[in-house]
Amino acid sequence: MTPNDLTIRIGGEAGMGLESSGVGFSKALTRGGLYVFGLPNYYSRIRGGHNFFSIRVARQPLYSHAEPVHLLLALDRETIKRHVDQIVEGGAVVYDVSEELPDDLKRPHVQFFPVPLTELAKERGGREIMRNTVIFGVAAGLLGFDVAYLESVIRDNFAPKGQQVIDANLQVAQAGVEASQPFQSDYPFKMEAIEDAPTRLILNGNEAFAMGALAGGCRFVSAYPMTPGSPVLHWFAAHADKYGAVTKHAEDEIAAINMAIGAAYAGARVMVPTSGGGFSLMVEALGLAGISETPIVVYNAQRPEPATGLPTRSAQGDLLFMLHASQDEFPRFLLTPGTIEESFQAGWEAFNLADRYQTSALVASDHYLAVAYRTIERDGLNFDAVHIDRGALLTQEELNALEETYKRFEITESGISPRATPGHANAVWTTTANEHDEYGAVSEDAANRIAQVDKRTRKMTGADRDTPQPTRYGPDTAKMTFLCWGSTYGPLREAVDRLNAESSQKANMIHFSALEPFPVAAVEEALAQSQRRIVVEGNSTGQFETLLRARTGRSVDGAIHKYDGRAFTPAYIVRHATEEV
Amino acid sequence: MPTRADFEGRERPTWCPGCGNHAILNAIKMALVEQNMEPHQLFIVTGIGCGSKLPHYMKATGFHTLHGRTLAVATGARLANHGLPVMTVHGDGDGYGEGLSHFLNAVRRNVNIVDVVQDNRIYGLTKGQYAPTSEKGKVTPTSPEGAIEQPVEPLPLAITAGATFVSRGYSGELKHLVWLIGEALDHPGYALIDVLQPCVTFNRSYAYDFYNERVYKLEDEAGYDPDDRAAAWAKAQEWGERIPIGIFYRGDPLPTYEEQVPALKAGPLVEQRLSTLSPGQVNALRGEIS
Repeated sequence: MTPNDLTIRIGGEAGMGLESSGVGFSKALTRGGLYVFGLPNYYSRIRGGHNFFSIRVARQPLYSHAEPVHLLLALDRETIKRHVDQIVEGGAVVYDVSEELPDDLKRPHVQFFPVPLTELAKERGGREIMRNTVIFGVAAGLLGFDVAYLESVIRDNFAPKGQQVIDANLQVAQAGVEASQPFQSDYPFKMEAIEDAPTRLILNGNEAFAMGALAGGCRFVSAYPMTPGSPVLHWFAAHADKYGAVTKHAEDEIAAINMAIGAAYAGARVMVPTSGGGFSLMVEALGLAGISETPIVVYNAQRPEPATGLPTRSAQGDLLFMLHASQDEFPRFLLTPGTIEESFQAGWEAFNLADRYQTSALVASDHYLAVAYRTIERDGLNFDAVHIDRGALLTQEELNALEETYKRFEITESGISPRATPGHANAVWTTTANEHDEYGAVSEDAANRIAQVDKRTRKMTGADRDTPQPTRYGPDTAKMTFLCWGSTYGPLREAVDRLNAESSQKANMIHFSALEPFPVAAVEEALAQSQRRIVVEGNSTGQFETLLRARTGRSVDGAIHKYDGRAFTPAYIVRHATEEV
Repeated sequence: MPTRADFEGRERPTWCPGCGNHAILNAIKMALVEQNMEPHQLFIVTGIGCGSKLPHYMKATGFHTLHGRTLAVATGARLANHGLPVMTVHGDGDGYGEGLSHFLNAVRRNVNIVDVVQDNRIYGLTKGQYAPTSEKGKVTPTSPEGAIEQPVEPLPLAITAGATFVSRGYSGELKHLVWLIGEALDHPGYALIDVLQPCVTFNRSYAYDFYNERVYKLEDEAGYDPDDRAAAWAKAQEWGERIPIGIFYRGDPLPTYEEQVPALKAGPLVEQRLSTLSPGQVNALRGEIS
């Protein structure tokens, strides 16, 4: 009676180590040949409050989280109170035996498995914090999942802390498995490991983007911490020494982006990770990068805003802002990856786009994509495709061969001018944030202004050839065609599957991984083949829909919005799609 | 050997006749000649303001950036290429107003930058509003009843924040300013040169006469010891009938920020070979997440 996928949810207070143990168990499941979608859910506080981590696990690839819970691992009573009504029939709650459950927390269709979590953690491990290892041991036992995979993760994760810590954790995991024995036959949902499955990867979008950026030659990252973008800075800082990268936690976001511009001007490949509020502070400097034609990459992991908004939640509300940030007009790229794999790809491609077109490449992720862990195939991070293209960056040899006075902003047919870096005797010039002539000198001449604006604009002619193309999922023709961008890919993909399971050829979807330059031709083609078009996006006013209308003159037949700070789920989309029809 | 002629720019300065910026421009050129540096061997980063146009008026490798962000851009340039000396040139509004936080942070980081601040105690380019260094009571279009706040005191601030080279020049003392710039270029780490500079159009109360009557050189002051940080901090607050210029504080050089970044030990970032990851590196990264 085990369904195709199960959701295990661990809940407790901030500070109980939910995320690290949740990621550890997700990794164990992945090593055991299963696919995981792991979603942390936390509040903007360090201790206390209620946090949880949901691990959806299946034998086939997963693209999103889901609402029903099959096993609730409750480190406190609050967890039971908040989640008991998401538990499916036959599902269970594992909780500490010392917790006395009031009747109003009990549900007739839910089983309650009391386990001496605290006692086992203290007696067998020596520390109460190890309750989360105990409870995942219980989970492994209940699911029939070989605890050896959990043990292998424990050995790797605690290796830096020494054998004693490893042994203590192994003991408490084993104690958890033992404690589950009386309940194993009562628990109906099983998820055994698949032996000899190929090695797979489990990571979140932030990590994928950071790895892609490193692979693509990013060697300078400056940022100011802001959820959910800061883990990209953490990741780079942790790898900086080994891979020869410089990271700078700056005094504020304004400094961060201006440092990046200074480093890029000097010749480094640079990136600035942030979230919407930080990006707001960066917009003037974005204009400096634009007019000085300095290549930079800005990564915005969106969250619901304005101002502080919902700091630890998800939204897709910055689309039009990112397209228009900073005064007046200048070219930029906007990549909107939808998956872990695409986040990795955006990570390296953004640097090539920025260098080749000598402008900003912006990447819009969001909390959901940035922090949710997903099992992917080993080649899902396609390192073989990575290449480094620095565009018209003059090499030492080319600089040595320069004879004429160097024109940094030379009017060219492509609009792209060969770029020198400071420090060579043959390229002595000053660039200004003012409008400038070909040499970089301040110029208020009207004809020059037109020539320079046209040059910058001309750079982008046909540039959508170089950005990721829209992808279709589902049958070629369908009654409903969903249009989406960014992280909506995952939940929508599953919704399409569910709708087509109801009746064939019911739905397909087009996902956009790049929205600037807007892929007009690809959109026209996609729309021409569609019957009923429905946009699905995580904001309240329909920003993608507005953009689609502005760039193509086309309208759509319906829209599904979500702006409660929580990501779409497949069920939410199916429900609303049914209402739309 | 470079000469003054090697630094001649394509454009003539647009500054008012008598503006202190003319002397600062000349002093920089003269100091570079004395230091035997060519125009491509110094990266001059400027902000926004009359004085920040300076690199356009000489042959310079420069970047004329945004108001207030001069030191942030310069810091990034140093981290990407610490083989290239960097000088920042910007006004008091840029350095101590919009860029005050970047100023204190550049000082405490000890980024190897010669920071020349054209301190005319007024906003010139935007036509005469009071500046962070304007005195309390200063009457300007934005303070018709007189400025209410206390002025920023950049020198004591720099000393407090940990600068090891803190100096003040005066555009009316060209040779002295040339000397200061040379000393600052020789000093490893952040070096501040706050330059008193008359704005002859918008700040007539601080014209040449005012300074000529008051300015004196610390180097001529018997018994003044620029190694003494506490004495320097006290001296840096002297302002009135006598106004000191010169090196207020010169401490033992501290390690620069750039020297302490592990990835830069192998040489300037931009000179390190940029290539895709090796199969071993790819395996190591995949290993972290499997």
